[in-house]
Amino acid sequence: MSLARRIIPCLDTDGSRVVKGVQFIHLRDAGDPAELAARYNREGADELVVLDIAASRDHRPTFLETIRRVAAELAIPLSAGGGIGTLEEGQAILRAGADKVTVNTAAIRRPALLTELSEEFGAQAVVLAIDARRDGASWRAYVRGGHEATDLDAVAWAHEGVERGAGEILLTSMDRDGTRKGFDCELTAAVSQTVTVPVIASGGADTPQDFLDVFERGKADAALAASIFHDNLQGFGALKRFLAQRGVPMRVSA
Amino acid sequence: MKIALVEYGAGNLPSVERALARLGADSFRAPTPEALADADAIILPGVGHFGALMRQLGERGMIEPLRERITRGVPFLGICLGLQALFCASDEAPDDRGLGIYPGRVSALPATAKLPHMGWNTLERPVPSRLLEGVPDDAYFYFANSFAALPGATGLADAEAALCDHGGRFVAVVENGTICGTQFHPEKSGQAGARLLENFLRLAQTYAGQSGRSHGAAQ
Repeated sequence: MSLARRIIPCLDTDGSRVVKGVQFIHLRDAGDPAELAARYNREGADELVVLDIAASRDHRPTFLETIRRVAAELAIPLSAGGGIGTLEEGQAILRAGADKVTVNTAAIRRPALLTELSEEFGAQAVVLAIDARRDGASWRAYVRGGHEATDLDAVAWAHEGVERGAGEILLTSMDRDGTRKGFDCELTAAVSQTVTVPVIASGGADTPQDFLDVFERGKADAALAASIFHDNLQGFGALKRFLAQRGVPMRVSA
Repeated sequence: MKIALVEYGAGNLPSVERALARLGADSFRAPTPEALADADAIILPGVGHFGALMRQLGERGMIEPLRERITRGVPFLGICLGLQALFCASDEAPDDRGLGIYPGRVSALPATAKLPHMGWNTLERPVPSRLLEGVPDDAYFYFANSFAALPGATGLADAEAALCDHGGRFVAVVENGTICGTQFHPEKSGQAGARLLENFLRLAQTYAGQSGRSHGAAQ
C-alpha cells in the first residue's frame, strides 16, 4: 500500500470560461470549464483545480456558479480559489462544491487568514498557493497573479504557511509557467523537503519525463498542468502508465 | 427507500447527494432529530474537525437519536469524520465525546509521513466485505485525514473490513452488520467509490424495515 502521486489538471478561468496564457499574460479562450471537468474526470484525473485568475469581486457570483457547474461533473476532489480574502469568501467557495479553497495574495497580506480557514474547515481544506520566481540562490514569492514581488522567500513562506494552518502547498514556478521546459525540480524539492504537508508542483509541464522528474527529483506529491491537457498533448491514461512502469505509485484505473 | 443525510452545518453534503443521485437514489437532508424519524438509512458525511462535528450534533439534539437508530439497526454509513464519530473520543478534540458505538478512540496519524494523508490510497482487506464487493483488490480511494482509528479500536475482530497505511496502519472501512463507515470519501473516489455506495444502498435495502420502525416497512 502506498499513497499514489497525483496528476492534477488546472482550469484557469476568467470567472466563467477557461483561459490560458504564457507567464500570466496573453490570455486566450480554451473552453467551457464544466465540459473540460467532465472529460478529465472520465479520463482519469486524480483531482481538479479551478482558479479565477481575474478574481474581481464583481465576477465572484459568476465564478461560484462555475464551481457549482464543475463540481456537478466530478467524482474526484476539487480545489478552487482566486482572490479569496476572507473566511466568508472561502466558505462560499466550499459551499459551492469545492473540497478545498486555495489562497494566495491575501494569505501573504494577512497570514491569519490561513489559521481562520483551517480552524473552521480543517487543514485538509486549505491550500496555500505560492507563485515563486528565482532570485539569485533562492526564490521569491509574488502576489497579484505574479505582478508584484514581495519580500518573502518562497521556501520560508511555505514553511510559515503550514505552521499557520495550510494543509497543502500549490507551488507554481513563474520561471517555468507556460514555457513547457519542465517543472522546476529544484524549487519543488526545496519546498517539499521543508514542509510536512503535500506539495503540488506547477509550471512548465510538457513530457511524461517532466512528470517523472518532478516526482523523483522534485519530491512532489502531485503535479499540476493545464495546456498540455486542454490541447490533448498528454492523456491521463498513457501518462500514468508511463509513470507507473517507472515505479511511481499511480492510480491507473479510473 | 428514504436515505437521510445528516446536515450539521458543515460537511460535504452536495457531493454525497450527487453521488447518490448518479446511482438513482434519492436522499433528503436531515438537520433535526424529527427528520431522522422516517429514514430507512442514515449517512453522516463529515469533513472538518471532530470537536466541531460533535458540538454541532449536540446543539441540534442529534446525538441520542443517532445513537438510538444506529444501535437499533437502521443502516448507517459514516464518511470520514462520520466514521470517526462512531468512536468514544478523538485526539483531535480531547474534551468532546463521540457517539461511543465503539469503545476505542481516534488517534493522530504518526508524523513520520506527510500530513494530512491526502490523496488516493489502496486498502488491505483482511475479512470479506459486502461494502467492497466487486471492488478490485488494487482499487484506490480518496483520503483526506490527519486522524484515524487504529486497528483494534472497534473491539470487534471482524468489523474492521479494510485497513490503510500511512506512517502506520489504520481502519479504513468499518462494517458491522448495519453499521458501516469509511475513512476515505467514496463520493470523491471515482468508480470504486460509486461501487461502494451502491453496495451500501443494497445492504440498506436488505435491512430496510427490519429495524423495528413502528410505522411500517420501506417501499
